[in-house]
Amino acid sequence: MFGLKGDWSLEVKDRYFTLQDYCGAEPRWCTGCGDHGILAAVHRVCRDAQIKPEKTVAVSGIGCSSRLPHYMNTYGFHGLHGRALPVACGIKSRRPDLDVWVATGDGDCFSIGAAHWIYALRYNMDITLLVFDNGIYGLTKKQTSPTTPLDVPTNTHPSGALLPPLNPLSVTLGVTNISFVAQIVDWNAPLRHEVIKKAHEHKGTSFVRIIQRCPVYVESIGKSLQDNPARLKLITHEKGVQVDDALKRLFPNHAEHDPSDLAAARALAQDESALPLGILYHNPDAPRYDLMSSVGLGMSVDDKLAGMNKALDHFAI
Amino acid sequence: MFIPIYLPQTPCNKRPTSEKVQFFNSRYGRDQSMTNSQIAGDTKYLFKRDNTWWVKLAVPRPLRDILGYDMRRSLHTHDIEAAREARWAAIQEFRDEIEKIRAEQASQRSGTVAPLAKDQDGSGETQHGLRQLDQYIVEIVSDSGEGAQKCGQVLGLVSGKMGNGVWTVEIIPAEIQPPARERQGASGIRVRVGSKEVTNMGNEADMVVAFNEQVLYSRIDNGAYKKGTIVLLESMWAEDPDEKIRKQYQEALADFGAQGLVVHELPIQKECLKLVPDPRKGKNMFVLGMLCRILSRDTDMAKNEIANTFRRKSEKVIEINHALFDAGYAFARENLDYEIEIPTAEEYRMESAVVINGNTAAGLGVMAAGIEMVAMYPITPATSASHYLAEDFRLTGGFVHQAEDEIAAIGFAIGASYAGKTACTITSGPGMALKTEMIGLAVMAEVPLVIIDVQRGSPSTGLPTKVEQGDLLASLYGAPGDSPKIVIAAATISECFHFVVMARKLAESFRTPVIMLTDANLATGVQPIARPEVTDEWFAAPLDQSAWDEDVSPYDWDETTGLSDRPIPGMRGGEYILTGLAHNRDSKIAYDSASNQEGMNMRSRKLTALGATMKPPEIHGDPSGDLLIVGWGSTLGAIEEAVDLARAQGKKVSSTHLRFLSPLEPGLKEIFSRFKKVMTIEINYSDDPGAPLINEENRRYSQLALVLRAHTLMDIGCWSKVPGHPLQPGAIGRVIDANLTETEGAEACSA
Repeated sequence: MFGLKGDWSLEVKDRYFTLQDYCGAEPRWCTGCGDHGILAAVHRVCRDAQIKPEKTVAVSGIGCSSRLPHYMNTYGFHGLHGRALPVACGIKSRRPDLDVWVATGDGDCFSIGAAHWIYALRYNMDITLLVFDNGIYGLTKKQTSPTTPLDVPTNTHPSGALLPPLNPLSVTLGVTNISFVAQIVDWNAPLRHEVIKKAHEHKGTSFVRIIQRCPVYVESIGKSLQDNPARLKLITHEKGVQVDDALKRLFPNHAEHDPSDLAAARALAQDESALPLGILYHNPDAPRYDLMSSVGLGMSVDDKLAGMNKALDHFAI
Repeated sequence: MFIPIYLPQTPCNKRPTSEKVQFFNSRYGRDQSMTNSQIAGDTKYLFKRDNTWWVKLAVPRPLRDILGYDMRRSLHTHDIEAAREARWAAIQEFRDEIEKIRAEQASQRSGTVAPLAKDQDGSGETQHGLRQLDQYIVEIVSDSGEGAQKCGQVLGLVSGKMGNGVWTVEIIPAEIQPPARERQGASGIRVRVGSKEVTNMGNEADMVVAFNEQVLYSRIDNGAYKKGTIVLLESMWAEDPDEKIRKQYQEALADFGAQGLVVHELPIQKECLKLVPDPRKGKNMFVLGMLCRILSRDTDMAKNEIANTFRRKSEKVIEINHALFDAGYAFARENLDYEIEIPTAEEYRMESAVVINGNTAAGLGVMAAGIEMVAMYPITPATSASHYLAEDFRLTGGFVHQAEDEIAAIGFAIGASYAGKTACTITSGPGMALKTEMIGLAVMAEVPLVIIDVQRGSPSTGLPTKVEQGDLLASLYGAPGDSPKIVIAAATISECFHFVVMARKLAESFRTPVIMLTDANLATGVQPIARPEVTDEWFAAPLDQSAWDEDVSPYDWDETTGLSDRPIPGMRGGEYILTGLAHNRDSKIAYDSASNQEGMNMRSRKLTALGATMKPPEIHGDPSGDLLIVGWGSTLGAIEEAVDLARAQGKKVSSTHLRFLSPLEPGLKEIFSRFKKVMTIEINYSDDPGAPLINEENRRYSQLALVLRAHTLMDIGCWSKVPGHPLQPGAIGRVIDANLTETEGAEACSA
């Protein structure tokens, strides 16, 4: 890193990036919001991977989480509510050289963008998909989201959410061609960094659900988990994430789980007693749509002209 | 002839500089004198071999036995400019040679070609025997799945290849397998063949082949036939075991006779049974044989087309279909005393042509534009464009993405465009409605994008397979707030091709989505068009990944034109966050009123800048007169045919056809002021002025009329209908007559 090679030589022509090179505007999220930590982790993973800022695109929809691109000093696309994923897939489809990140939220991804969520997972393009799940619509001021727990009062359901919350993990793990599923909480920095790093390294769509605190509207959701770590279960494996023993001590529940085991991943996802944290599923060999959609990229002008004439020949008289 | 804009090739993210805008101005227009050689990067007649420029000229078909497919020779130069200069002498020599041989041939057969006979619109008697006509309309109607369309398509293709003008219209039921013998389930095709170029479906058909009598009724209801139309009717129903069907058949026969149709009952089924066990599949080829005999079509060409149709099936299938074709041909020769020749007129013969429908043309246009990504969701009648691309797009390195829904399709296209690969999405009305929010985003964030809307009957699911021009206002205004964008409408199949090339360049130069409107009539209409001579200038420029000047904002709007250059991901120093929120020049979210006003101004100003480079539309007919018809889209051929006919009768009527709907072409007010009355003719809804409760104040006008009234503050009238089929020249002629009488009446009153 920073130009110093194994043989102590220094390559001065190369560019080296510091955290500052990835930092955009000053974040305007609320004090205590979990998004700050996630942003820091993204900056760090970018820095560690030394990805070029100009080759990086952060795509988002609408919502608190979707402000993330503005806080990146890369290219960004802050589009429409629920529609980050089609745009991200479109970018990747003909620009496989770009490093594409998606920041979305529980409303943006699991509700208005639900169709795109399922399909982006199916396409399995090389995209890092971070879902900032705070269990509430924050930007529009406290409406029920798909993951709002039962009985939590909101402005649309003042006497509490009516239906049991959607389980994004079991939905995700039910999608054919899924290749990477992980879950973390925003307040555990080492695990957060480790999982986002692994998600970024994965070649395919890496789905990371980040349980994130919203201290302004639903403090209870984050707080109940922080106060009661028994409701969480750390999952580690040599093929997944490895953490040091100090970190393990924070979790009363700990399990070894092989992320190539889809059935076991589904069982973990459906276990209501404890939220699994770590990598639930990883399949590096799932078919990738970006490898298919980029067909013909870089065809020479002469070949295109020849192809065009061949196409016209089919109809020539 | 409309010559579309070909902007010079520039990187997809660069605004045209002032010289470029001027250049663009000088290129645009309907200037007949403008030749291809004036277009930058022109390689007409030229090709390169081993780095040396050659010149070649296609040989007209009848002379190919003598001269070969083309004439070519080396210009002995590596320099394109020298080659451009030198080619003309060579082309002239080639042409002289062709003329010489033509003259020789003509002297050999002088006196054998009879002058073209005019159609005797009359009783069945006069139609028998060998006749030469300058045009003929034939329909084939059947239950769905009996292959009538395939039969007509081959007939059209063969006619096109023989050098005739052709227009086909498909009659498609909305269901895949509607019940048999049902009037609403009629499936079929109309083929209009002419000596000259044919631009529309024409009036009533001269002949129709019907696989049963019931499907004919729906066509009769549509006014497709006239007294004397020859009906070749499948007679098997007369002996059907079901008494009800026998009865229906006999009633229909009497009915058709009473209406003046000349019915011939033909045992098509029985004849086909001699060759195949199930004539339901295969009857169409028998009918094709019949029609090829009746219309004197080239049988070898037809058989080649049949072989091509079944190229993915076994030899045996091709053999059987050839046998059916031959049987039909022989049957018509033995049993039907109709023989029609539609000679080709030499002056309308194209040097080289392609026979395509509008959707295929749009697909080919996408390829010729250098677009590499089409994102779509299946929707009638747009999908066949994507079907075509799915087959051939790889030839130019492109990919068709079938998205999970219409919104995702345009989102995907916007993503690719944002990343520097200007993409296209192809849809129809309901899809446009779903895409509206995304179109607004593309306008707001200034993302170039090509949107092709193949319009169909509306609103809601409407008439999925039928034509309408109902999406004009939605395209212009269908977004929250002000969302100025470029809207163009193709009027011919050729324009379905060329306008895509133009649309991509406009989208990139003006950093905006471009909506290109076509419709179900163009989508399925098949016509021979001049083969486009695609050059590398038409393709998108290679992706620009050079460094971006960090001092230049991502929206560095030019005060006069609103235009700005665009950083493309990958360009170092150009990093910016695109947003659909109100933003300033730096693409920073800006809630202040000045930034919002400036953004609105700049986005609107781009349209004004484009409009300033355009010429007024051409007038078909005299530049002034009693009545001016204004049209847009696929009605061009029918309107101009009707206007020509009226003018031949001495009526002072002209027409003009708009290609640009946003921005509108300039000079309209001045043009309109030269006519006593101006009205639009459109295929969309307007209140009939005579309908209950309708008066001058509350009448709802057709879409273009409404736009033009607002634009010119003039009293533009309209006549529009939503029949679900293309307008016939005859119907337009009657509208012209009625409005001329009205104008005269008004004058008489004021006098």
